[in-house]
Amino acid sequence: MSMLQNVRLSVVLLLICGLAYPLAMTGISKLAMPAKASGSLIVDDKGNVIGSELIGQAFTDPKYFAGRISSIEYNAASSGSNNYAPSNPALAGRTTKDIEAFLKANPTVKQEEIPADLLTNSGSGLDPHISPEAARVQAERIAKARNLDQARLNALIDEYTEERSLGVFGQPRVNVLKLNIALDRMK
Amino acid sequence: MDFIQISLFLALLLAAAIPMGRYLERAFALERTRMDKVFGGVEQALYKVSGIRTGDMNWKQYVVALLASNLAMAAICYLILRLQGILPGNPAGIGAMEPLLAFNTVTSFLTNTNLQHYSGETGLSYLSQMAVIMYLMFTTPATGIAAVMAFMRGVTGQSSLGNFYVDLVRAHTRLLIPLAVVVTLVLVSQGVPQTLEPAATAHTLEGVEQQIARGPVASQVAIKHLGTNGGGFFGVNSSHPFENPTPFTNVLEMLSMFVIPAALPIAFGHMAKSRKQGWILFAAMGLMFLAFLTMAYISETNGNPALAKAGLSQEMGSMEGKEVRFGIVQSALFTAVTTAATTGTVNNMHDTLTPLGGLVPLAQMMLNCVFGGDGVGMVNILMYALLAVFLAGLMVGRTPEFLGRKIEAKEMKLIALTLLVHPLIILAPSAVALATGMGSTAISNPGFHGISQVVYEFTSSAANNGSGFEGLGDNTPFWNISTGLVMLFGRYISIITMVAVAGSLLRKTPVPVTLGTLQTDSSVFLLILLATVLIVGALTFFPVVALGPVAEWLTIR
Repeated sequence: MSMLQNVRLSVVLLLICGLAYPLAMTGISKLAMPAKASGSLIVDDKGNVIGSELIGQAFTDPKYFAGRISSIEYNAASSGSNNYAPSNPALAGRTTKDIEAFLKANPTVKQEEIPADLLTNSGSGLDPHISPEAARVQAERIAKARNLDQARLNALIDEYTEERSLGVFGQPRVNVLKLNIALDRMK
Repeated sequence: MDFIQISLFLALLLAAAIPMGRYLERAFALERTRMDKVFGGVEQALYKVSGIRTGDMNWKQYVVALLASNLAMAAICYLILRLQGILPGNPAGIGAMEPLLAFNTVTSFLTNTNLQHYSGETGLSYLSQMAVIMYLMFTTPATGIAAVMAFMRGVTGQSSLGNFYVDLVRAHTRLLIPLAVVVTLVLVSQGVPQTLEPAATAHTLEGVEQQIARGPVASQVAIKHLGTNGGGFFGVNSSHPFENPTPFTNVLEMLSMFVIPAALPIAFGHMAKSRKQGWILFAAMGLMFLAFLTMAYISETNGNPALAKAGLSQEMGSMEGKEVRFGIVQSALFTAVTTAATTGTVNNMHDTLTPLGGLVPLAQMMLNCVFGGDGVGMVNILMYALLAVFLAGLMVGRTPEFLGRKIEAKEMKLIALTLLVHPLIILAPSAVALATGMGSTAISNPGFHGISQVVYEFTSSAANNGSGFEGLGDNTPFWNISTGLVMLFGRYISIITMVAVAGSLLRKTPVPVTLGTLQTDSSVFLLILLATVLIVGALTFFPVVALGPVAEWLTIR
């Protein structure tokens, strides 16, 4: 067997696995599931793209539910985090600062009530979800800022809580972008 | 609920691995089977186009064919990466990859490691993602599966070792391509993008412009797991919501990467005409896996004491670096699976794991035989089985035999060599990196964790895993060259030596089983095997583990 046959085999496999396979998959996906294949984009009434269902956004305004910490500020052109080790003093330092800021913005919340997911950096930096607890802990602040009844907000959170996959796998969660869009539509 | 999630996943895995084991044995059988009718036409066409002869090979021919084909693939892929700037399929206008990074990238994907010193969103064109990354993601597990098939044929005394090219092609046609097509479409249905459009531009609710990177993601995520590859389309791999949008996809991805490694011991049982033998090997790996999984789960559930001190409730567990949709259970499970199957895909950042949680992936890669990657993990556990037989034989003063074949000096020399290479290529470069500025400047976390970061990088390279403590600033000439070499040694030395052992065993005349023969399908042998793995495999690494994760654990406890 000479090197030539090896190159021929490699090229044939490249054409099949590296081109035919992904292009065929792209074609089938585009035909059968166009919205999902293009990234589950959310479009407003005027046809402008406001984001993707699956990608988190930065929310800094107190009248919106805030998502998790993201060292890349939800810049979805890339992804990542600071990769702080549990023993890294920078992690404890960041957390102390964030707790202070959160308590200031949400004066009625006690420190031990803050759910851990809200003040930790997600792995991707693009996590679209928070836990239902992390949404509820913000409800009073938002009710005040928007002059809404807090009970209605809690009902909205319940409505937007996604259950575990197949009732077993993963965690209950709330999609922050979808929740905030619904919030803007509330009267 | 946590316990149910884990048990249900393990039940699903078992339900998939048992029929897959039978299928693997049939799909790679040397004699003619009914499957030839289904796949034979396509395969014959592939042999013809490539000009391949399909006769039996001896071990040297098999190894030469394996190396030559891999060399040809590497050369083609290196050229594509260097020329991606001027080739089509590049909507983002990404330039050529620089030579050392291209060397590291090709080596990494050729060796089934998928260590990534580039970031997918910004370093690769769509053509490179497909024609280099996705392509090698098929051919390298196929190479590993071919190697284990040859090895298992030798150990079980089949009529020959087979033909490398036939095994390579069959791994594509009968296994990886059909599975990848199905998995891709299920992933897209869950929201994983599959498109050639460039990044989308969104104007967020707060009025900021957000660029959303996308691409032909699903087709890569499918083969990334099935082939125990692990290289993500995006920088953060399967923690990215586009690569792994729901807990359902998380389970699917774990099953995809675990089913072939878990099925191989069962296939071995069929080949050896002793299913019990296969189950003993399965049990040895399964018990180790359960122990590591438990440790990761408990450690992550307990949270990070340093954050508890800072005042953040750790009731939810250690959520830094994890995604809400997965929580602690699906994250700990994924971490245990990806480093057992040496895939290297991650759904949470391993650098942020609690000290003992982070010890789990490290330890599984150091042992390198807790199921292991497609093909090679099975080779490793069989190598430990041969060693265990040898040690047990010495203890009772009999010539050691495995499946009726004598294990003699020649085989033991090759096994000893292979066993020594793994710790050597981890510990020696780690020592160099830590002792010199070339390596230690890359460390991003202070204290003992920095040692873990360096050791993890080389362990992941040597075990051909590819996950990382990603804070490490590893795109430098030192890291690109050193990890590149470690990956090559880690991959090819054991494949060459073990195919040689298989060739040697195949030539031996079987000896009859007598009353004094060590029963290798018994629970006693299971214990000897586990002890061998833990004593030989684990003790080597104990000092360095004590310096890294254990010391960090003691500091923040």
